[in-house]
Amino acid sequence: MEATFSILIGLFFAVSVYLVMSRQIVRILLGIGILGNAVNLLIFTSGRLTREVPPVIPPEAVTPLEATANPLPQALILTAIVISFSFFAFLLVLAFRAYQELGTDDANEMRVAEPVGDAAPPQGY
Amino acid sequence: MATPATGVDLARAIVIDPTLPADWLVVAPSILTILGGAICLMARKNTEAQPRVAILFLTLLVLACGGLFVHVLDKGVVNMVMGRWLPPFGIAFTADITGAALALTASIVALAAGIYGAVDIDTSGRRYGFYPFLLLLMTGVCGAFLTGDIFNLYVWFEVLLISSFGMLVLGNEKEQLDGAVKYAVLNIIATTLFLISTGLLYGLFGTLNMADIAIKTRESGLTGPLASIAVLYLLAFGMKAAAFPVNFWLPASYHTPRIVVSAVFAGLLTKVGVYALLRIFILLMPQARIALTDVIALVAIATMITGIFGALAQTDIRRLFGYLVISGIGSMLAGLAIGTTAAVAGTIFYAIHSVIVMTALYMAAGIMHSMGGSYSLRKLGGLYGASPAFAAVFLVLAFGVAGLPPFSGFWPKVILVDAALATGHGWLAGTILLTGLLTSIAVGRVWVFAFWRGGAEGTVDGGAVALPAADPVLTRAAVWLPLGVLLTLVVLLGVLPEPFFQISGRGASGLVDPLGYVRAVFGGSL
Amino acid sequence: MRTVIFRTIAPYLAALMVLFSIFVLLRGHNEPGGGFIGGLIAASAFAIYGIACGVAAVRRAISFHPMTISGFGLFLATVSGLPSLFVSQPFMTSQWLYIHAFGVEVPLSTPMFFDIGVYFVVVGAIGSIALGLEERESD
Repeated sequence: MEATFSILIGLFFAVSVYLVMSRQIVRILLGIGILGNAVNLLIFTSGRLTREVPPVIPPEAVTPLEATANPLPQALILTAIVISFSFFAFLLVLAFRAYQELGTDDANEMRVAEPVGDAAPPQGY
Repeated sequence: MATPATGVDLARAIVIDPTLPADWLVVAPSILTILGGAICLMARKNTEAQPRVAILFLTLLVLACGGLFVHVLDKGVVNMVMGRWLPPFGIAFTADITGAALALTASIVALAAGIYGAVDIDTSGRRYGFYPFLLLLMTGVCGAFLTGDIFNLYVWFEVLLISSFGMLVLGNEKEQLDGAVKYAVLNIIATTLFLISTGLLYGLFGTLNMADIAIKTRESGLTGPLASIAVLYLLAFGMKAAAFPVNFWLPASYHTPRIVVSAVFAGLLTKVGVYALLRIFILLMPQARIALTDVIALVAIATMITGIFGALAQTDIRRLFGYLVISGIGSMLAGLAIGTTAAVAGTIFYAIHSVIVMTALYMAAGIMHSMGGSYSLRKLGGLYGASPAFAAVFLVLAFGVAGLPPFSGFWPKVILVDAALATGHGWLAGTILLTGLLTSIAVGRVWVFAFWRGGAEGTVDGGAVALPAADPVLTRAAVWLPLGVLLTLVVLLGVLPEPFFQISGRGASGLVDPLGYVRAVFGGSL
Repeated sequence: MRTVIFRTIAPYLAALMVLFSIFVLLRGHNEPGGGFIGGLIAASAFAIYGIACGVAAVRRAISFHPMTISGFGLFLATVSGLPSLFVSQPFMTSQWLYIHAFGVEVPLSTPMFFDIGVYFVVVGAIGSIALGLEERESD
């Protein structure tokens, strides 16, 4: 089971790296979105996969009756999902604003902050 | 809820002993800044009250961090677990001397920025949340310095990252959006790399508590998976710290926001990355650091060299200072590459120095802009005539950042060079000294052009040009007070280095030998 | 998008969604649900209302700025960790209070207030982003 998941995660990473390396901001954003999901799957797999045993202790017991799924990776993923979700929302707004203001979504043409041919510092008085 | 009477020994799962109020100092910085940030968010329309509330909470933050620092110096590592679940299950906040010292420095710098921001940030900037973001940024910074759980460290990184986004786009100018896109994308990739490595580390050891990991890596030795995780961490935090091949986000964005925002960023953000590198490679995975020594040394040398050559090539003083931040990171990485207790102490001392001096330099740049009307070395001039005292202040800061005695940059460089020579890293020592020389040229040139020259470029030698009417903000005490405080610290670190030697030395030995750290987390049982 | 049918339905739909979000929030202690998902439902209610009747109407309806709501939530969530200070327990340790009112036992706890805080943070933050994007589309 873990091996299948590892291959899937590798695929996710490959896709996201490919997208992040492109020049269009929208593609980069898609890449980041997929990257976040790849990481979630990675953490999930790191916690080892078990089937159909939710980590719930029945009301009459104080310890789990049998070996259960690992609840910690689920909590970590929940945190990571929330964070990557809010970042993605912010990035979306930012990219949209940048597109409106700069008139381009090509990262190579975004040179307002670092102009090409910026004047060299003075060599003397 | 009533505890059912069973055979379960609760003392093994939760904290039974009462928690001392002094232990709350570990979480106090985070709590105070969140509360302050929340109150400022609620008062977003009340732009008059916001600075007052923020400065009040930042003062409380300085007091809390100071109290924590004294407590840690006195009692050793302080630990507290959230929701009283015992480590390694509960999330632990663990303050050692390194973390507490850096948190104290960061809080002082934040207070200075809060005061300076009262003048520098206009009403619309306040409404768009400068103060809430500043306080929440400090939540992230202090949380990162004080946490004892590696996933929690990730969460604090994200907290400081999202607040820094908010501060970066304050003003919505074209330049800022351009810089923010690059900053945001690259930093998110860096934190995602951090999360990837943490996920793999969890898969390897089944724990996230730093003390627990420190024991387990020492038991397991350097295995293949651990080495790959270490390399991933190096890349992730190298990116956060703006180390050489992955530093391009810093010069692309640091000069775009309001000057006080640049000051906070330059002081704090990259240093959190360096701190995380120290935690990971000295406390958690010393074997991996030994295996990676040459790589880290090369990265350190390349960072110093690219940083300082970048600085020499800049006309805009804000970008010039941005490159100085990078070359300073190189010096800190040199200490990490050497890895002895003395070298780590040098890195900690350098980080404290760099936090203070870089913030002060950016604030000085803001004042230069108010006086001379520009950030460009070609247009600035005649500032010495406008204010000889400020020229002297800038010169002190310039000496400090270049590492000339008797100011703050001198001693950490002495420690680092000494440690490098003692362990046969002649190249590192040579690069640190060369960087010092080139830094003094870069900042010396700023001083010569902006202060000593009579006016803008083309002014004849000895001539003087009337300056534009000085900005009225220069008469406000809130501009000069924070700079004065930071300047005092720069001088103090240089003139009275002995206590700082001791603090960074003790901090470093606490990282190199984790026994005290582990004992504090797991109690006397280990 | 502003068809008659949608505009007529939207207020009822939004009200129902907010009600449902509170239900999801409160059942979250022991069952699936909780502050985050409840907050998302409430924020999407505002978004739907905004699409149907315009952003200005939503802003009037919630009467506070979304970021103010967020700030309140953050405050509440943090404060809910503090009561354990007074019983010498670490930060964020849950404290319970059982109130008997009208013959029913009502268990009040600090985690519930934490969850309510999370709910407000999410409503504020996501609502503010959603309204911000909708506002730009219209101009």
